[in-house]
Amino acid sequence: MSEFLQQLLNGLSLGAIYALIALGYTMVYGVLRFINFAHADVFMVGAFIGYYMGRIVPEGTIWGGTIALVVAMLGCALLGILIERFAYRPLRGAATLNVLITAIGVSLFLQYTGQRFFGAAPRAFPPLFPVKMFNLGGLVISTNQLLVIFVATLLMVALQFIVQKTKIGTAMRAVSLNPKAAQLVGVNIDVVISFTFGLGSALAAAGGILYALNYPSIDPLMGVMPGLKAFVAAILGGIGNIPGAALGGLLLGTVETFVGGSQFSTYKDAIAFAILIIILLFRPAGLLGRFTVEKV
Amino acid sequence: MPKPHLALLGALLVAFGLSHFSGAIDPYHLDVLTGVGINVLLAVSLNLVNGFTGQFSLGHAGFMSVGAYLSAAVSLFLAPQLFGDLASAGALQQGLACLLALLVGGLCAALAGLVVGVPSLRLRGDYLALVTLGFGEIIRVTFQNVPSLGGALGLHGIPAFTSIFWVLASVAIAIFVVTCLVHSTYGRGFLATRDDEIASAAVGLNTTRYKIVAFVVAAFFAGIAGGLYGHFKQSITPTAFDFAKSIEIVVMVILGGMGNTVGVIIAAILLTLLPELLRPIAEYRMIIYSLLLILLMILRPQGLLNIRGLSPRKHPS
Repeated sequence: MSEFLQQLLNGLSLGAIYALIALGYTMVYGVLRFINFAHADVFMVGAFIGYYMGRIVPEGTIWGGTIALVVAMLGCALLGILIERFAYRPLRGAATLNVLITAIGVSLFLQYTGQRFFGAAPRAFPPLFPVKMFNLGGLVISTNQLLVIFVATLLMVALQFIVQKTKIGTAMRAVSLNPKAAQLVGVNIDVVISFTFGLGSALAAAGGILYALNYPSIDPLMGVMPGLKAFVAAILGGIGNIPGAALGGLLLGTVETFVGGSQFSTYKDAIAFAILIIILLFRPAGLLGRFTVEKV
Repeated sequence: MPKPHLALLGALLVAFGLSHFSGAIDPYHLDVLTGVGINVLLAVSLNLVNGFTGQFSLGHAGFMSVGAYLSAAVSLFLAPQLFGDLASAGALQQGLACLLALLVGGLCAALAGLVVGVPSLRLRGDYLALVTLGFGEIIRVTFQNVPSLGGALGLHGIPAFTSIFWVLASVAIAIFVVTCLVHSTYGRGFLATRDDEIASAAVGLNTTRYKIVAFVVAAFFAGIAGGLYGHFKQSITPTAFDFAKSIEIVVMVILGGMGNTVGVIIAAILLTLLPELLRPIAEYRMIIYSLLLILLMILRPQGLLNIRGLSPRKHPS
């Protein structure tokens, strides 16, 4: 039983990170209808900003860690906005595939630039926040795991508030529903899209730091696998659907951790895709997505 | 093309003739040429799915790995029993062993294509892309976990069957099959499925079947390409066939202008040569490659070489 709870806790904290990344994918898909492959590399850049911030702020203090987290989120928000402005905006209205290839190009660009300037070798990530282990009746809980769940919940609640209650959030939903109609009623699409990229990239940066705190080794290709899985999580929940992305992330993280702890642990990386395929075959629009029939 | 059969025969003869002069070609150039040929094979076959049938597959490297592993297994475990020691066997035996390995690899990949295609081709667009990507990764992880196929270390000591003849001949046959298929009466259905699936279904085309046929044929040639790759590098590891390889092939198809075989061939050649040409500035070459990719998409969204205007329909937004 305690092992079950332990795995569940580990799974939830991994799932919370997947959920944070998945939110960025799903929001961008919501407004622009394309898979932003570069998102996973924004996640990597976030972790690296955290790494360099770790040299400036004192290690293992709450305020130092918070500063590093906020700086990384702001930096990545800026990066996301720049990527959209220079790579994706010129292609607005072009065929989906072209935008997709551009996204892959941006992703490769960030990876290789990272390898050139950060170095390809993995580095140890500094403990930004104070680390403590609790032992609760055989259950080992680290403060990092609690931190992940706390920060992720906080950010998701904040996101939900922004999307549902603020003016810009309403505009985001309007653009996602129908860009042309949104423009007709006076929504500035460019601002909304930039904002969406900024928001999504900030969440990815937070995810990057939280991931690096729990799996303390970072390298320029670290985003690839978590990115793919987070994308699977977004699709699982129904892409474009914000609560769906959170649900998909938690589900995926939990299942993956349980598989990792079983005798099939070497198949851990395949399980995410197997779940994806099974769910899509039975619910082609994801768990919370609405299936729309194409009309002539 | 007025007489495709004659063109194929000519190409095969040229390949055969050229293979006699392969000793005179610089080994580095021969290596590059083989790499180019394998990539052309992959791109031309994927073009049948992505370009002509309009289905977005991101798992081509998965089928390539099936072909590579199975054909390598045939050469390593089965061929010595059928033909004896290959090193001392005659040219005919070696040729037969190579043909057998490639065919087994291709057929197994085609079978994998069928198994993957039947369920996943019900989905559309981005979902299909993701599911094919997922299958590609599952295939890779599975190979990583099969101890008899070397596990994560891969297979080594595969006989070096791949000669310039096999590469050129396979490329010629792939181009022939894809071109003839698409230009046949039957094959018009691929284009119809791409242009408007609902309208094609309304006039009685079995669109699902067309998609599956395209998928299986493409997987077959990807398997052949994998077999050639394995017998060229003489060692294969699961990581050689990851997501990045699939992406590389898709990029060739899109740059060439989807559904334009000539364009796709030229794009495959250029994209294979580009990293080689940028070798003097090795540190920056992949950065330049990625920047070129972005610039090309922004400046030539219809594909680098698409002159005939066979570009896919734009998705209504």
